[in-house]
Amino acid sequence: MVKKHLLAYIVFILIIIFFPFFVKSSYTLSIAIFAGINALIAMGLSLLMGYAGQVSLGQAGFYGIGAYVSAILSLKFGIPPVLSALIAALVASVAAIILAIPALKLKGHYLAVATLGFGEIIYVILNELGPGGPSGFGDIPHISLLGYKFISATDHFYLIWIIVFLLIIFSFNIIDSRIGRAMRAIHDSETGSSSMGVDVPLLKTKVFVLSAVYASIAGSFYAHYVTFISPSTFSLFHSVLILTMVVIGGASSLWGAVVGAIIITALPEALRKFEELDVLIYGLILTLSLLFLRKGIVPTFIDKIKGKR
Amino acid sequence: MLTVLLQFLLSGITVGSIYALVGLGFNIIYNATSIINLAQGEFVVMGGLIMWFFSQSMQIPFFLSIVLTILVVGLIGLIMERLTINPLKNSDLLLMIMITVAVSIVFRGLLMYKFGKDPYNYPPFSEGEPFIIFGAVIQQQVLWVLFIALSCIGLIFFFFNRTMIGKAMSACAVNPTAAKLVGINVSRMIMLSFFLSAILGAIGGIAITPISLMEYDKGPALAVKGFCAAIMGGLGNGMGAVLGGFIIGVLETLTAGYIHSGFKDAVALVILLTILFFKPAGLFGNKSTLTVRKF
Amino acid sequence: MLKIDGVWKTFGGITALMDVSFQVKKGEIKALIGPNGAGKTTLFNVISGVYKPDRGAITFEEKTISNLNPVKIAHLGISRTFQNVELFGRMTVLENVMVGRHIKSKAGFFSSGLRLPGMINEDREIRRLSEEILEYVGLKDKKDYLAGDMPIGSQRILEIARALATEPKMLLLDEPASGLNDAETRDLSLFIKKLRDEKDITVLLVEHDMGLVMDISDNIVVLNFGEKIAEGTPNEIRNNKHVIDAYLGEEDLF
Repeated sequence: MVKKHLLAYIVFILIIIFFPFFVKSSYTLSIAIFAGINALIAMGLSLLMGYAGQVSLGQAGFYGIGAYVSAILSLKFGIPPVLSALIAALVASVAAIILAIPALKLKGHYLAVATLGFGEIIYVILNELGPGGPSGFGDIPHISLLGYKFISATDHFYLIWIIVFLLIIFSFNIIDSRIGRAMRAIHDSETGSSSMGVDVPLLKTKVFVLSAVYASIAGSFYAHYVTFISPSTFSLFHSVLILTMVVIGGASSLWGAVVGAIIITALPEALRKFEELDVLIYGLILTLSLLFLRKGIVPTFIDKIKGKR
Repeated sequence: MLTVLLQFLLSGITVGSIYALVGLGFNIIYNATSIINLAQGEFVVMGGLIMWFFSQSMQIPFFLSIVLTILVVGLIGLIMERLTINPLKNSDLLLMIMITVAVSIVFRGLLMYKFGKDPYNYPPFSEGEPFIIFGAVIQQQVLWVLFIALSCIGLIFFFFNRTMIGKAMSACAVNPTAAKLVGINVSRMIMLSFFLSAILGAIGGIAITPISLMEYDKGPALAVKGFCAAIMGGLGNGMGAVLGGFIIGVLETLTAGYIHSGFKDAVALVILLTILFFKPAGLFGNKSTLTVRKF
Repeated sequence: MLKIDGVWKTFGGITALMDVSFQVKKGEIKALIGPNGAGKTTLFNVISGVYKPDRGAITFEEKTISNLNPVKIAHLGISRTFQNVELFGRMTVLENVMVGRHIKSKAGFFSSGLRLPGMINEDREIRRLSEEILEYVGLKDKKDYLAGDMPIGSQRILEIARALATEPKMLLLDEPASGLNDAETRDLSLFIKKLRDEKDITVLLVEHDMGLVMDISDNIVVLNFGEKIAEGTPNEIRNNKHVIDAYLGEEDLF
């Protein structure tokens, strides 16, 4: 089962290794880092949505928890960033469990609005109770691992994309296991799944927690990379952006989440030169790709290769 | 004390009436298609900005400007449906909802290109001193907003319950296959639902702009509130959405006034979540409305 | 083996099951018949834990199961199929059966994500067993098809195969022959008998096809308007006056 992904894994890691050799501009590199951060959140949402069939418009909430908890712990309490990120992931998991128990009973639009509400509440909390209020705070320490301090863009590029690489293997392994089969089974028929002994609410909650952990790790990385955070980064807008990445890339494919994250992150930068037309062109590209690549970029591409219609 | 409360309630009802119109617009489209049209807020923004364009920039007489604005926004709603929703019919619901997000970005892009990032404003519909009731100040425009919103709501209910075509639209919502069998043109009804929703949004925008200003990026916030209103009232339940809109508006201003303005968005949402968790079909919905289409 | 004791179930004033009692003995094939709306599927849902009975008790191998949820009941060894097929349409035939092994395996998120050795072995075993089951039911050559793309006859067999993967002691089949043609129905009745004889599985089925019912059942329970009106061997049922009355006006008599 690992074999079917092996080629993709190798190509992926080679691109990661060699990208900084060809791209020297620190600006481009920073965009690539943000793409990696978004890819992480999108992968979590892809597992939740594309595989287990549960929508979330609240991923920015977990992203924000990861950033704020880790930043505050390391800045105010001197906890090393890697440890503080782990604690943040734990906090995000607890938040996910508390939200999941009532929310995952809901379906479709109702689940979407419940998670949206959660994300907005976190956003308001960050604004009102976070250090610095709406303007945020800085001086967050960089990540250091085994005595090595990550400072340059190249350092951060390798770190985030290696995290993405490891977690994509982790995620594909889950998909190709009894857990992943049960997840997809829930997506197709909850009645059928529970008659097969799959504990539907429990499994949904677990996948939800997993997606929250991915988003939280992304948030912690963001905080320690940028070293300055403010609530506006973690608004509903970001949740919608992540959802767009997953849908554009192809919800039924983890690679789709990664590709979608790269495209959606890079597109606004590429459109900068159109100045006041950039939002319009961005919207048009999204609309057209949704209209013409309905399954998403990656699945459409795979179908082409396989020669299916 | 009482005066302050009254003042808060009044401004709550005023914003609430706009949320109610947006929520009602959501329901009209939802009932016809099961889609949540997340570009609904942009119709409101267009109403305000295009009205400004006709009445202030082009100096077209007031009433004609209103009619023109409503027609233009309605037409935009139609075009949106034909170009993006119609080609996607029978595909994944989530994809259809995402495309409304994409279209809303296109709308925002257009509005930003045409109007820039500044807030716009035009004089109220009638000039004169505000009324004072129990010490609370009521601007004349507030009365206009309420009057217009309530008449729209009334007309919509009349349309859906008393006219042939409105009943046909309701039939499509309940059972599209059966509606098709009795000769109702479902595709045209969906088109009409977008037209109506766009018009409702535009009217709300035209009415509220003299009070609260309008700028190109106000749409998403309005859409979120309207969506919450629709969910609070039970998706698909028109009267529920209207009440939901007023409730959210009042809660917001009360929170902002008595607790802290920063919490105003959170309180409405906490209440919404509580309702969802304990009465998942909404305040006024019943169990059967819960059978939403799967993503 | 399965004992249903005075079960009542009402839905908003409508009584779907009224004091229903009967037993299913180990190793028998028992059929549950009755006109439309007699409460057969409701009873299935009560047994499998989808609904809880308002009154009465259900015991399986001396354990009370009427307060358990479907997951726990599946663990005890009762597996079922559905009148309107609840397969996982976008998964392959093989994967559908593999989901059936869920309760007999235990790898969690971490051991799966990290592919720990125990999980790899377990997964290989799941695959081997599932292919074996597909071979047994004759669907092995279709194992990579999407379940949703298969004809209804194959879907019903696949649903049984998926249930077999849970190694059930008892199988509840809800209208297994509906949508099948005559030849397929004949195959199905042979297959059900084979399951009982070779796999030692007790079968309770709801079915409208009287030919099938009379052919394979050891015992029949007849429900009408939520009440048990008769119980006995196929021969006894065929000549029971209450049953004939109940079915009067129904198109498919014996």
